[in-house]
Amino acid sequence: MALCVPVLLLAACGLAEAPVLDPKGPVAMAERDLLFETLAIMMIVAVPVFIMAFVFAWRFRANGGKGRYDPSWSSSLGIEVVIWAVPAAIIVVLGGYVWVNAHKLDPFKQIDPDVEPLVVEVVAQDWKWLFLYPDHDIATVNELVFPAGMPLTLNITSDTVMNAFFVPALGSQIYAMAGMETHLNLLADEAGQFVGRNSQYSGDGFSQQSFVVRAVSQADFDAWVETVRGAGETLDEATYETLRAPSIAHPVVHYDGFEDGLFDRIIMRYMSPEGHDHSATTN
Amino acid sequence: MLGRLTIDALPLYSWVAMGGAGVTVLGGLAVVALLTWFRAWGYFWNEWFTSVDHKRIGIMYIVLAMIMLVRGFVDALMMRAQQAIALNDGGYLPPGHFDQVFSSHGTIMIFFMAMPFLTGLINIVVPQQIGARDVAFPFLNSLSFWLTAAGAGLILISLVIGKFSTAGWTGYPPYSGISSSPGVGVDYWLWSVLISGVGSTLTGINFMVTIIKRRAPGLILMRMPLFTWTALCVSILMAFAFPALTVVAALLGLDRIFAMHFFTNADGGNMMNYANLLWIWGHPEVYILILPAFGIYSEVVATFSRKRVFGYHSLVYATAVIAILSFTVWLHHFFTMGASANVNAVFGIATMIIAVPTGVKVFDWLFTMYRGRITFHPAMLWTLGFIVTFVIGGVTGVLLAIPPVDYLMHNTTFLVAHFHNMLIPGALFGFFAGVQYWFPKAFGFRLDEKWGVRAFWCWISGFYLAFMPLYLLGMMGMPRRMERYDIAEWQPYLIVAALGALMVLLGIACMAIQFYVSVQRRESLRDGTGDPWDGRTLEWMTASPPAPYNFAVVPTVDDIDAFQVMKERGTAYRRPDHYLPITMPKNSMIGIMMGAFSFVFGFAMIWHIWWLAVVCGLIMMGAVIARCCNDDAEYTISAEEVAAIENRRYAAMPGVAS
Repeated sequence: MALCVPVLLLAACGLAEAPVLDPKGPVAMAERDLLFETLAIMMIVAVPVFIMAFVFAWRFRANGGKGRYDPSWSSSLGIEVVIWAVPAAIIVVLGGYVWVNAHKLDPFKQIDPDVEPLVVEVVAQDWKWLFLYPDHDIATVNELVFPAGMPLTLNITSDTVMNAFFVPALGSQIYAMAGMETHLNLLADEAGQFVGRNSQYSGDGFSQQSFVVRAVSQADFDAWVETVRGAGETLDEATYETLRAPSIAHPVVHYDGFEDGLFDRIIMRYMSPEGHDHSATTN
Repeated sequence: MLGRLTIDALPLYSWVAMGGAGVTVLGGLAVVALLTWFRAWGYFWNEWFTSVDHKRIGIMYIVLAMIMLVRGFVDALMMRAQQAIALNDGGYLPPGHFDQVFSSHGTIMIFFMAMPFLTGLINIVVPQQIGARDVAFPFLNSLSFWLTAAGAGLILISLVIGKFSTAGWTGYPPYSGISSSPGVGVDYWLWSVLISGVGSTLTGINFMVTIIKRRAPGLILMRMPLFTWTALCVSILMAFAFPALTVVAALLGLDRIFAMHFFTNADGGNMMNYANLLWIWGHPEVYILILPAFGIYSEVVATFSRKRVFGYHSLVYATAVIAILSFTVWLHHFFTMGASANVNAVFGIATMIIAVPTGVKVFDWLFTMYRGRITFHPAMLWTLGFIVTFVIGGVTGVLLAIPPVDYLMHNTTFLVAHFHNMLIPGALFGFFAGVQYWFPKAFGFRLDEKWGVRAFWCWISGFYLAFMPLYLLGMMGMPRRMERYDIAEWQPYLIVAALGALMVLLGIACMAIQFYVSVQRRESLRDGTGDPWDGRTLEWMTASPPAPYNFAVVPTVDDIDAFQVMKERGTAYRRPDHYLPITMPKNSMIGIMMGAFSFVFGFAMIWHIWWLAVVCGLIMMGAVIARCCNDDAEYTISAEEVAAIENRRYAAMPGVAS
């Protein structure tokens, strides 16, 4: 047991840089603050419980406790009113919090309606992430690069089972589902490199289904786009079919261009009766 | 002839899998060998396996729960060991195997540990608390048990023949569909859940009717002991929630066998429907697990504070409110599915409202201790440990009820820590308290307290060590269910969590020792009174262990804490002038037969051995018809026999003038 203390102390520095405690964007920051504010409010109930549990157990112990024994005392209107009303009041306040913040932090809502966001289309595959940049006609696997300070709109779907897109340092995760499109709006305050991953278990390669997230300056972003354009390979239909085959710990790949409407076709392949994924077969 | 079943089904793919299979097979053989060696088959068959006595069935439920607790805990140890070493490394479990382990851990702990545990306690205690001689439908009770045991048997055999599901205990499609999970694993999960789920539905109906119809005269609802109240609410939840699970599992089965596309990616299937249906069962299920423990805490805290429970009416209303609200919050399990802000906000608020009655209950228990005279029996220690620890889980639950916080913490180990923080103190500690508290009622002798106290301290410190690091890892962005990882900062926390699991292992060892020591010293721990703790409710009025009919004379109740009031008035042990004959249900072998054939039926469905499934189905239908035609299902204990049993009891009772 004595080992645990130094082990935990060593870990404390890791905790200070934990993505949730040290967010890199306004969404994650707002969500973290909400977490801590609620935690503080909940202490109004939790702390008295801790204190009462220990004090009552000590004072009224059969073996030498100082408290008065009164077996007939089993109700008190005053106490009942307080123990119903105080938690109820807290929940009324928190309920308001929920309503306001569920709307403010709706993942589908654009961060700033006055600023044109960078739109990236995201496709979950077994077990990697494909990013399509329609405005730049480039695509990448397992690498998401965007300018810091610029709102990012992600349109997300899956070309396999349910996944969840999650960059802890930037906040908010959302499921990726085949035949459907979900949205996530994020922003990185400053340049930096983060880890993104699938948080919804999806099979053998799930643990290694992470991707690099880099928020860079506008100049660096433009330079990066040029690098990707020099990749030489295009994501045509044949390449896509090869790519979507299951693979574990897929390396970062760049594509100079992709088929028009690829994202919509990936969604539609699960919508039509001739759907690609004839999932069930009888044996 | 044998469907998909071939020699490849044997677990020869790894030493770990072979080890698991070996232990399972040897364990089964050891039980068979012991029963044969001691020539105990006849005794167990006549007195236990075919019994329809609620007390016997309850004990069998709890034995099943304890076996499955050990099995599920081994899974937990394996996961903690893997994650402690799997930094940039495959550890000792490849993904396909690690995934079976976390899937079976969750499935076992929910369906085959917690469910049988609470059903067992309700079985032993509730009829006695309401002054009844048995449940409303004693045969149905036996059937429920054997269906649950059949489901558990399928889980156990999945370790030996074939592989278990890798789709987690919730089995989300499309991953659990046939194209992503073509093997038998999901089918094992599906059929064990389906078969035991039918058992749970029947249990719900049985206890609903028992509590409504079989109460002693004068025991109006608002005088019922709180454990009976929670059992009533839980029975209603079971009867209404479990059908949703049965339906969703059946639809998934139709998807897998007949390509019906309810939940597949293509051809009109929609996985979101599965999530909704599953959690429409799944959230009430949380309260099915927790409410009985709340009832136990209410009994224990009153008995060991030697005082009536504080705010009885508040506790009743809080229980009922929780039961009703439990059907209104299911969507909070998938806030991140992309529902609109309005929908998420409504379900977030509904979730938080449950915190109010739950908080009221905690304060009521605390005020029960106030002005009490508290003895720290192990049952009371579990209760105190629960109060303090559960509050932490409640707080993190309110945090996760806020949709934007959930967007950040969902699917991380923070979530894992939260629900373990609810279910271990909120359900399991309560069941342990129940075992410490009611063991003498079931067996006639008390449990050794020293080892009970040791078990408590190992468990609770192990719990904090194992789960507090997971909260922090969630803050560090670690998703659940990772079989390997590449972030070095996570490892120290995972090592601490593994040490916590080892502490819990010590706790389980202490419990095993407690049982062993208590059986050894049973003569000095003998309870002749039937009332070892100066109890307050009717179950303490019967003998320990109770006579088959529980009450020779059905008591009349005119207050809360009926037995305490009788003791105060000196009427508790007053004997009647004469006894009357008592009619009781006869044993039946149809329950265990139905269980056995439903096990084979499930096995046949899993392996696509269609002819065998049809044969088993026909036999089961025949058994039901045969049972329905049986008009000779009761026997009568004569008045002389009752008098003899009661005379023996009073003669052995120390210090009570008859």
